[in-house]
Amino acid sequence: MNPDMTQALLLALAGGVLIGLASVALLYSHGRIAGISGILGGMLDANYKEFGWRLAFVVGMIAGGVILLLTAPEAIGTPTGRSLPAMVVAGLLVGFGTRLGSGCTSGHGICGLSRFSGRSLVAVLTFMLTGAVTVFVVRVFLGGAA
Amino acid sequence: MKPISLLVSFAVGLVFALGLGISGMTQPDKVIGFLDFLGSWDPALMGVMGGGVVVYLLLHRVVVRRGGPVLGDIFQIPQRTDITPRLVAGSAMFGVGWGLGGFCPGPALTALPSMTPHVLVFAGSMFAGMLLFRVVDPLLTRRADAKAERAGADA
Repeated sequence: MNPDMTQALLLALAGGVLIGLASVALLYSHGRIAGISGILGGMLDANYKEFGWRLAFVVGMIAGGVILLLTAPEAIGTPTGRSLPAMVVAGLLVGFGTRLGSGCTSGHGICGLSRFSGRSLVAVLTFMLTGAVTVFVVRVFLGGAA
Repeated sequence: MKPISLLVSFAVGLVFALGLGISGMTQPDKVIGFLDFLGSWDPALMGVMGGGVVVYLLLHRVVVRRGGPVLGDIFQIPQRTDITPRLVAGSAMFGVGWGLGGFCPGPALTALPSMTPHVLVFAGSMFAGMLLFRVVDPLLTRRADAKAERAGADA
């Protein structure tokens, strides 16, 4: 493995550890699964008792984004070869799909797999597969642009 | 809701976002490279799931041994085990959107302050998709209930 790839893998591991610690902290403090689609989507349910901590979490994430922009702006990027209409379709699919499928990369991928949830394993395998097929189709059949 | 509860939630969200940024999840091109198994696959992002799962796996067991959370009443952990068409169809849709846009929900929120057209459009549509689900979900549920009722009548 070349040094760049080793460094990227180590950073990914370190980031993953932070994400894991944050997820455990939310379980310890609020008794909740740290699934971002669930926290965000739950804000649309008319349950005012639940609204506060969800909003605080989302604002915290955005504040984290601000810190990243100030300290390591290259950490936040945009996709190359993706048009704005493609981003509209992608956003709709991610929003609707994560609610229908009860979770995303965090809730199913980190929390669910750690609990050996069969549902989460099926979810992760499914979204990895359709994600890979989508990337393949865009690269091979659409010449890398969508 | 107590201020301490909001403050802790804010702090946890912030650390979560830093983790996403450090790991590379907020760089859509890296994510797309990670999903490109049949091309020039970039395996680095496997580390995110690896690191996150190991930490959560080891520590969540210790946490749930307490009777309940510090700032809440009970642990709200999903107990369902049924593999449903909704789970598979929803996850499949999510995957297509993830591969198309390179963002999943957490990184989209984290990247919002960059204010690039791509992330603003993606996040706006993602929120619209969640709203749409709220409208459509009762209809889906009612149809499933009617179907179950018919099946019950047949049996």
